[in-house]
Amino acid sequence: MERASRANLVSGILLGLGVVAFVDETVFHQLLHWHHFYDRSTTGVGLVSDGLFHAFSWFATVAGLFGAARLLRDRAFHGRRFLGGLLAGAGFFQLYDGIVQHKLLGLHQIRYGVPLLGYDLAWNILAAGILVAGVLLVYTTRPRSRAAT
Amino acid sequence: MNHHHVGLVPDGTVQVLLPACALAGWLVAVRAARRRGRTWPATRTVSWSLGLACAGVAVAGPLAAAGHADFRAHMTGHLLLGMLAPLLVVSARPVTLALCALPARDARRLAEVLRSRPVAILTHPVVAAVLDVGGLWVVYRTGLYPAAHSPLVQAHVFLAGALFTASVVGRDPAPHRAALEVRAAVLVGVMAAHGILAKSLYAGPPTGVPAARAEAGAQVMYYGGAVVELALLVLLGVEWYRWTGRRTRHTPIRRVRARG
Repeated sequence: MERASRANLVSGILLGLGVVAFVDETVFHQLLHWHHFYDRSTTGVGLVSDGLFHAFSWFATVAGLFGAARLLRDRAFHGRRFLGGLLAGAGFFQLYDGIVQHKLLGLHQIRYGVPLLGYDLAWNILAAGILVAGVLLVYTTRPRSRAAT
Repeated sequence: MNHHHVGLVPDGTVQVLLPACALAGWLVAVRAARRRGRTWPATRTVSWSLGLACAGVAVAGPLAAAGHADFRAHMTGHLLLGMLAPLLVVSARPVTLALCALPARDARRLAEVLRSRPVAILTHPVVAAVLDVGGLWVVYRTGLYPAAHSPLVQAHVFLAGALFTASVVGRDPAPHRAALEVRAAVLVGVMAAHGILAKSLYAGPPTGVPAARAEAGAQVMYYGGAVVELALLVLLGVEWYRWTGRRTRHTPIRRVRARG
């Protein structure tokens, strides 16, 4: 049971990371054009971080989906635990993007030509909220200890 | 600087002849395999042909000609030659076909070569990745770009691409195939390096390329590359899914409760 429980958690976290990166790319880069492909102030470290972020998020999306498919096939899918992992992964990644990549590395900003404080606050508070919700769900769906059975 | 050979063969002849010979060789091999009583799926022949067509379009004809002046066309050709053509060619399983088509003694010799140490080193994902992406960094970032359309560089792009693709998602017999985790990690590293190189070309064009053209070409490289890389990830995912399926028959992930 514990192996299945961990597999649900890991698959959920991976898919969560992937979903955030996907929303970031489609909504903020392609549809709204708020984010920029490259910002002249981007540093070398920022470029490397961005490259790893995108490569890993593609991997995470595919790995999370195949992980879920495998759990469904083996009748070991646990929806609430998977969702908890998904929210925790999404919240964590959103927070990392909002604080480390946007602010510390200065990769690019959320939007250009507007006062940033409100956007940054909304972005990061939302991220923290999703992360907390995910962690709570993960906690409440933890496998019961062996002693209980 | 650029010497055009005048005389024996017009420009681009070799680039057309090579894929044509590769297709002819393939068809001969399929006949030989059939004569030996081996069936050979037509889908693999289709994959091989499409792969050669992608490579051919990239090195000869209008796209190749446009690539000399237009960096976006160059990048489209580069993606076809270095990523999509290798994927299609490797998916056709050329080594398996060779093993089926060759006489028994030659097939054994080929199998020995595959087991040899040099092949083991060359087909390790890390070595293949360095040859592939490392070569790109040299071409685009060291002032070598004006030579990017020489047959030698084109051959390297295609062969290194094929070597890397085979080392990560190849289905041909490979006695030294690296573990799935290693292949996945190397693929993520290569995807990152490819994306970083694309953005660095956006920021600083290669020798002799105007900024606006470089920006457009860099985005072709970034997003087009992601599409082929996504296909590689899915192939790895399918391999993993099947592997867990085989393993589950022995040790199911969820133990059935025997005692109630």
